[in-house]
Amino acid sequence: MKPTQSHTDLDAIRVRLDRKEGPEFWRSLEQLADTGEFQTFMEKEFPQHIEEIKANPVSRRNFLKLMGASIALAGATACTKQPLEKIVPYVQRPEDMVPGKPLFYASAYTQGGVANGILVESHMGRPTKIEGNPEHPGSLGATDIFAQASMLTMYDPDRSQYINRRGRITTYDAFLNELNQALSKQVEKNGAGLRILTETVTSPTLGNQLQQVLAKYPEAQWHQYEPISRDNVREGARIAFGEMVTTRYHLKEANVILSLDSDFLTTGPGGVRYARDFSSRRDAVDNLDQMNRLYVAESSPTLTGAQADHVLGRRAGEIEGLARMIAAGLGISVSTPSGSDEAASAWVSAVVADLRQHSGAGLVIAGDQQPAAVHALAHTMNDILDNTGKTVTYTDSIEVQPTNQTDSMKTLVQDMTDGKVDLLIVINSNPVYSKPADLDFSQAMNSVALRVHHGLYHDETAELCHWHIPQAHSLESWGDVRAYDGTITVVQPLIAPLYNGKSELEFVSALAGNPNKKGYDLVREYWESIGVHGSSPFEAFWQTAVHDGFIVDSALPAKNVQLQDVAAAVGAVPSVGDGMEIIFVADPTIWDGRFANNGWLQELPKPLTKLTWDNAAIVGPSTAQRLDVENMDVVELTYQGRSVQAPVWILPGHPDNAVTVHLGYGRKRAGQNGTGTGFDAYSIRPSDTLWFGSGLQVSKTGDEYPIYSTQDYHDMGLEGLGSMSRDRNLIRVADIEEYRDNSHVIQEMWEAPDPERDLYPNEHIYDGPNAWGMVIDLSKCNGCNTCTIACQAENNISVVGKEEVGNGREMHWIRIDRYYRGDMDAPETFHLPVPCMQCENAPCELVCPVGATVHSKEGLNDMVYNRCVGTRYCSNNCPYKVRRFNFYLYADFETPSLQLGRNPNVTTRSRGVMEKCTYCTQRISAARIEAKKEDRNIEDGEILTACQQACPSQAITFGNIKDRSSQVSKLKSSALNYGLLTDLNTKPRTTYLGRIRNPNPVLEG
Amino acid sequence: MPQIFSPAANTWLKASIVGGALLVSTVIGTILYLGSTSYVTRQHQIRPQPVPFSHRHHVNQLGIDCRYCHTSVEESNFAGMPQTKTCMSCHSQIWTDAPILEPVRQSYATGQSLEWTRVHDLPDYVYFDHSIHIRKGIGCESCHGAVNEMALMWQENSLQMMWCLECHRNPEQNIRDRADVFKFESQPDYTPPSDQLALGTQLVRGYRVNKAQLENCSICHR
Repeated sequence: MKPTQSHTDLDAIRVRLDRKEGPEFWRSLEQLADTGEFQTFMEKEFPQHIEEIKANPVSRRNFLKLMGASIALAGATACTKQPLEKIVPYVQRPEDMVPGKPLFYASAYTQGGVANGILVESHMGRPTKIEGNPEHPGSLGATDIFAQASMLTMYDPDRSQYINRRGRITTYDAFLNELNQALSKQVEKNGAGLRILTETVTSPTLGNQLQQVLAKYPEAQWHQYEPISRDNVREGARIAFGEMVTTRYHLKEANVILSLDSDFLTTGPGGVRYARDFSSRRDAVDNLDQMNRLYVAESSPTLTGAQADHVLGRRAGEIEGLARMIAAGLGISVSTPSGSDEAASAWVSAVVADLRQHSGAGLVIAGDQQPAAVHALAHTMNDILDNTGKTVTYTDSIEVQPTNQTDSMKTLVQDMTDGKVDLLIVINSNPVYSKPADLDFSQAMNSVALRVHHGLYHDETAELCHWHIPQAHSLESWGDVRAYDGTITVVQPLIAPLYNGKSELEFVSALAGNPNKKGYDLVREYWESIGVHGSSPFEAFWQTAVHDGFIVDSALPAKNVQLQDVAAAVGAVPSVGDGMEIIFVADPTIWDGRFANNGWLQELPKPLTKLTWDNAAIVGPSTAQRLDVENMDVVELTYQGRSVQAPVWILPGHPDNAVTVHLGYGRKRAGQNGTGTGFDAYSIRPSDTLWFGSGLQVSKTGDEYPIYSTQDYHDMGLEGLGSMSRDRNLIRVADIEEYRDNSHVIQEMWEAPDPERDLYPNEHIYDGPNAWGMVIDLSKCNGCNTCTIACQAENNISVVGKEEVGNGREMHWIRIDRYYRGDMDAPETFHLPVPCMQCENAPCELVCPVGATVHSKEGLNDMVYNRCVGTRYCSNNCPYKVRRFNFYLYADFETPSLQLGRNPNVTTRSRGVMEKCTYCTQRISAARIEAKKEDRNIEDGEILTACQQACPSQAITFGNIKDRSSQVSKLKSSALNYGLLTDLNTKPRTTYLGRIRNPNPVLEG
Repeated sequence: MPQIFSPAANTWLKASIVGGALLVSTVIGTILYLGSTSYVTRQHQIRPQPVPFSHRHHVNQLGIDCRYCHTSVEESNFAGMPQTKTCMSCHSQIWTDAPILEPVRQSYATGQSLEWTRVHDLPDYVYFDHSIHIRKGIGCESCHGAVNEMALMWQENSLQMMWCLECHRNPEQNIRDRADVFKFESQPDYTPPSDQLALGTQLVRGYRVNKAQLENCSICHR
């Protein structure tokens, strides 16, 4: 929120919450504080508009002059002649290419070395949209935000475009020449001076290439490093089983799930699949009795915690103590923390009893950032509960060479400092920026005679290297990667490299002495050579794999593991330490910093905080009070002698006495969007406490730094109506027992007047075959934001930048509202995705003076961009606040690469035009035309809206409500179905299924 | 204090009110008129093309079907422009030395596409789909005119929204039997029905044309 600080009086809020004054569900602390500034802020629909006019006063005289000129010119614009356009047909048309029809190709999106299967839509050779591959086990048709947004990274005009040698543009041949000279010197040294640094590698072909290099130079070293490392996971497996196996969860089989600080639903390998499996057990309509129960013990609040039936917030250092208490409760003889924590003890004993009761159908998951001991304990607990082999299985590591990456990095820096390294090759990694703070990578690098960087951007590391070779994006290269379960996934290019980049495979092949090999041949030859195709002809096997996007049944088989003596290995309880704790977390949208220049992800409101374009020092309300800080106050964080300045953001539910910082910001060479946003949390992140540690000092600097959260924009609460707004129950939640007792509990929470008792006759008659509607299941939605990004990609939605977000002008057509209930130190969290409701009695349509938003026969509120003159009356009259206005020319009509990536079936809106969700009317049109050509009706499920298609937990259902047998009709007839603000008689076509919780009766009350 | 305005000022005032109103309406009228002239719509104008391709010769004299070149007209929104290979399938055998075909041969030899000037160019916010119009019995001729008579291609109709709507509101006026979609009135194998409205009304029902929906904005605009 932009206006000067709201001076939220947290004490007063606490009192009000205790007395249960104010709304049951609250959106933000500012709303609860209900200050004068907040009210003024809420009264303006686009809050900063008036400020802007004050800043640039327009006199009445000037206004009339300008208006006169625009009226005179308004008619003349109709006379502009269209410029002559060219049609450029093929000389020889490629097979299967029908101009005007998109083609879909299977490929893979890779992050942290783990693949997810995708299908990429291509229009005449230009990839425009990424969808999940429905047959791929890691995706099942869905994606996460990163896969969706990786499209924009490919088209990013700030990607490095030239081979750069010490600041000058040169050729690849010149590079090969210098590389070969350096390599030939290594031949006699057996490669003792050669070091290769990559990210985590699971690709069998790339692994094979690297092994070839190592075979040629036996004393060379291959290091892997990811700043968001999974070392704890690997070490935990080693403690438990003596080897770094990969753990795979089967959430579909789990009745009771305990997460120990793990955000398994939205991050990490398999997150998309896990969200799907988890939500399949949260189906209150069809499968109420199969509902699972989720316990989450967490430090910094996560989306998984928000989805939990019981969440226990503790500092990150205390989670291990909890894990030990639970382990001890299950009969594992480990030492437990002394001292008493009554709330925790009660929680722990309930969890223990529940896990025991569901032996064989329970699951314990440890978070990546928790120490190895917690992982080892989780493995032991799963074993003792007989879950192993049922809800959790183990396979050989999906990585080519699992290593402790932090140690690997330390060794590399030490070797460089000792002068052992002559040739350093950095592939797709940015260690100068993302290394632990106590390792001086850039200083150590100075002693290396030849430093080569291969990456998408000319970043911080590239700047300090002699050579930079542009990398081909994964949508431009051939390759292979393993999915979370080991499935071999084929990376297929959609377009020739825009900037002549080399793929990882081609680059490593050059190191191995084959600089001219094409990526395609490398992958193909590798798979042909290892003979997985058996006796069938290789060509057929290969074509099938490329077509499907993965090799069927190539998941790694479950493996029998031998549990070691974990209790002995984990030893005594480590001390939590005094003082404030710092928690490092990968940024939820720009991850480790690699997406810093991706405007979609920068502008995507981060889950829970709803911050955009910035990171912050996130604290709980009690900590904020003790430190006497408010939102946007700048504090200095000093940890182990290193400091950084950061603005404060107060997050309800954050554990007391701890500060969370998001990694990935403060980039110096990210590009025009990313450089200079936020602060660099890596600069205070030492290698011995990569994830959390105590002893943080926080001091107020007295400065303020504006950071913008979108949470208070677009409010539907209608503050002015006082108690009425409270009773409208925008979000509805019931416990499973309440629902069993009274199946209408959700609908009875607030009953709108019967829409049939209307004085006016129905204005619209839907006599055609189709009437579109949507249902969003709040039990399934976990707030992951994928729908927002998918919608942005599908509908050419613009990025507006930080300042304009501050003005309340972000353009997302579907927003995820966040609601809290209860105590602000440990609230329950709920999400409400809000797209256009497509009202049958739409308030927006009545007020448009030019007929730019009108009703269609199928019940959509059509938005006609070319008619809109920008009065914004419609937006003013929309009770759901789902309309977005182009105050400026937000769309980039200049940059050629960005034009390539747009969906050609959706108008790119210009300045002065209102826009909103249309239920993906372009997809409806396409399906309608196909159905009509075949003289049939559109089948249920034939049209997937972009948000629905991308949703990992299948929370969104779209379809024909006139078809009684359609899935959407079925859900709308459920007793859980309710609409927002239905008392306004808007008759929204988008409705919601109330959220059903499954709490443990022992812990309730 | 003397009078500021002389008695003649009354006349001037009346004249300027009337004159002003006339001027404003003339300007607006002219603008509206200009917008519908072929100066703006480029109706009936021949545009520069790399090769003076004659539809009259290929359609009327040689009897080539529209779909031989515009291959995707039945399956895609875009009717499709012939690949150079299509031209060369005949012109590698006949008129192999004709100077006017030099750009075609060049294109085939170098792999560089021919660059045609678009004749029917709708605004970018209009999403027209050929395939559904063909399927619903709208003949090529209804929009493109007697292409079979055009030595050089021009745009027969204004392509303005008013013109589109006229048919979207009253498709009976133009709808044909599917078998006649690719035929032209001036060709011997097609005779226009004696009562187009009767046939049209029957076909609108038979082809399940949802007339009410054809006026929805999202049918053409997204």
